[in-house]
Amino acid sequence: MKQAIKIGLIGGVVEVLLSLIGMVEAFSQRDIIAHVISMGHTLLIIVALFMGYLAAKRTPGKGSLWVLANSSLSGLIVGGLVSLLVIVGSLINLRKVFVNAMPVLYELLTFKQGTQIGVFLLLGAGALSGVLAGLFFLSPKLLRRVLLISLGSVVGAGVLQDLLRPTFSLWGPLAIINEWLFTANGLTIQGAIGLFVLIAALLLFWSRKGSVIQTGFRQLPPAPQRILKMSGILILVFILLILPQVLGLFLSEVFTIVGLYVLLGLGLNIVVGYAGLLDLGYVAFFAIGSYTTAVLTSPELGFFSLSFWEALPFVIVMGVFSGVLLGTPVLKMRGDYLAIATLGFGEIIRILVLSDFLRPWLGGAQGIGKIPKASIAGFEFAGPQQIYYLILAGCLLVIFISLRLRDSRLGRAWMAMREDEDVAQAMGINLVATKLLAFATGAGFSALSGAIFATKLSSVYPHSFNVMISINIVCVIIVGGMGSIPGVIVGAAALVGLPELLREFAEYRLFVYGAALVAMMLLRPEGLWPEAVHRREFHEEEEKEAELKSG
Amino acid sequence: MVLLSTKKVTKRFGGLVAVGDLDIEIREKSIHSIIGPNGAGKTTFFNCITGFYKPEEGEILFNDHSLVGLLPDRIVRFGISRTYQNIRLFPNLTAMENILVGLHGHLHAGFFGIVMSTPATRKEEKEAAEEARRLLKFVNLAGKGDFLAKNLPYGDQRRLEIARALASRPKLLLLDEPTAGMNPRETQDMMDFIQHLRDELGITILLIEHQMRVVMGISEIVTVLDYGEKIAEGTPTEIQGNPKVIEAYLGRGSTGEERQIVS
Repeated sequence: MKQAIKIGLIGGVVEVLLSLIGMVEAFSQRDIIAHVISMGHTLLIIVALFMGYLAAKRTPGKGSLWVLANSSLSGLIVGGLVSLLVIVGSLINLRKVFVNAMPVLYELLTFKQGTQIGVFLLLGAGALSGVLAGLFFLSPKLLRRVLLISLGSVVGAGVLQDLLRPTFSLWGPLAIINEWLFTANGLTIQGAIGLFVLIAALLLFWSRKGSVIQTGFRQLPPAPQRILKMSGILILVFILLILPQVLGLFLSEVFTIVGLYVLLGLGLNIVVGYAGLLDLGYVAFFAIGSYTTAVLTSPELGFFSLSFWEALPFVIVMGVFSGVLLGTPVLKMRGDYLAIATLGFGEIIRILVLSDFLRPWLGGAQGIGKIPKASIAGFEFAGPQQIYYLILAGCLLVIFISLRLRDSRLGRAWMAMREDEDVAQAMGINLVATKLLAFATGAGFSALSGAIFATKLSSVYPHSFNVMISINIVCVIIVGGMGSIPGVIVGAAALVGLPELLREFAEYRLFVYGAALVAMMLLRPEGLWPEAVHRREFHEEEEKEAELKSG
Repeated sequence: MVLLSTKKVTKRFGGLVAVGDLDIEIREKSIHSIIGPNGAGKTTFFNCITGFYKPEEGEILFNDHSLVGLLPDRIVRFGISRTYQNIRLFPNLTAMENILVGLHGHLHAGFFGIVMSTPATRKEEKEAAEEARRLLKFVNLAGKGDFLAKNLPYGDQRRLEIARALASRPKLLLLDEPTAGMNPRETQDMMDFIQHLRDELGITILLIEHQMRVVMGISEIVTVLDYGEKIAEGTPTEIQGNPKVIEAYLGRGSTGEERQIVS
């Protein structure tokens, strides 16, 4: 009971806050389902549902009536606090403090029914959400999964409608889906229901037959298994290759940005995720990579005017070298001290490239322009749709190297150092060499990313390399899952890709970042896609047996 | 033959002399115990041998090589390996990986060899995995290699830590209270295991231990420390009767009954 009240109060405060900072109102401009429900209302309902679910989950004893009572109570409190906001707002003018506390907001919150009726509606909606959350908690696991994913897909389709519509319309036969699924703003009712049913049916089918298919696959002899796996990989590669043509210009641009962050994230993953060295100045190597590329290739400065490919080896060497250079003075530092020292290094590089002193060589505040595009045999990596391939190749290369390193003597040395530096040293690991190698590898990846960034923009400016980039990359790794390669990709997609897609809500970007980080730490500290435990004791023996059987 | 000898080793922390003028000789293939009350400097002495601390004075010779001033990662390559009083495994690595880290010094693959996955690297990795499996079996952990170290029960963690230490192929193994927190049954198993290490693998064992039953049961030589200094040395029987030892443990004027407890 006490728990339910507490959770309800937290949820209520969150909803009031979301309303007052204007998020609800901004989100209301987009409908999830046309004329039925907007993104703003969805946001409020999701919070209420989540709090109801938490209250249900924390109910001691778990008698179903108690669960429902608690969840509806917390929902009621959430609704109550929002009603309180409406009542206070109708009596006092809150706009002096909260710019967004406008009549429009109250209209939205009261479903345009006026304060008196609206308050009852709000309380009812809160309690109803609570009850639904409680029922959801009590329902069997399969049903929960199906409901969660299908409803999530409907909401996702609604949120990303601006992106799905043009993508479908690029494809003649698929354009019909547009008509059926979307209106000018939001999903159609039949579209939403159809999507829900489709996803639910797929999930149910998989839950029935999935295990059969999986065991069937495992019972196959190794040769066809390998063929199936290979064809799976081939299909994936094919999809990756045709993606920019399918998605069009805007989405390809988003993909290149996400890809650059994946590259950066994979590099920092070696330093932070594997070796446990919290480096907050990682943007420095990105800048060094970009500027080295610019200096070596740009005819504007006219020093070398190399081509991109001629410059690339020097860029990587420069990155690796600067990684060692930064690593050397901070070898003895651990944890927080290391973070602060590296933070300083990031700023030093930015201020250096900005300085008037180095202007003749690095262009100062005006940056360096006219950086040539990369090209292979006449194919120029000019626009986002072409640069995409360059980045894809970079990501695949870096993933390949990361995987090889992870399962090696060096990867283990890094992870041992992360776990316990003193013991790692006592096990024969040379800390100096191992740390410097981690810094150098990470810096090399980052410099590669910087080189691609420079040719993508054709110019480099000091302000592209501020400390926020470092922070973003660290967030990508934390949210994705420390030390996990798929985690980096998922993290970059979530933290960099989504905000790019939802540009009109850009002002809430940092707010959502902070909220996401806190939520992650509380709910899923291991990250969205945590590093899998490596199975080595039996894995290799099984393979050997399989070989024996087939041979 | 003497494997490890220390001459006048002294380690101070500020004004406190943790280890003072310590001379110890450890014979090859012996089981040698160091005992003493809490704070007597036993673990500090271990830290001096393994290079974690640098003694202010004195000399540590291992097979006629001086160890003073060398870093731990160099010293382990000479063939000295250790376990810790409060188990210090790599908690988020699997048991296999813990042992593989122990093998680190015997693997040679470099950055490019690893990225290219050269035949030499592959062969080395395969052999390392085989050796790790063999060690798992040796410490009775076969089948638990893919568990995260932190998820293993206490006794398994103790044995895994020894397996990790053995992976570096030591000539001298330093065990810091290997039976701490064990029940009589587990303690007996550990004693048998330590004896087995010496008899089968020919590893010299230096042991810090509080349980008198263990000390008296398996050691050939016992050194007693008090306030960082050696107050007695000899066979278990000699130590048991030594009045200085009894005094260090129980204080002056202890009764006969208390003496019985010590022995």
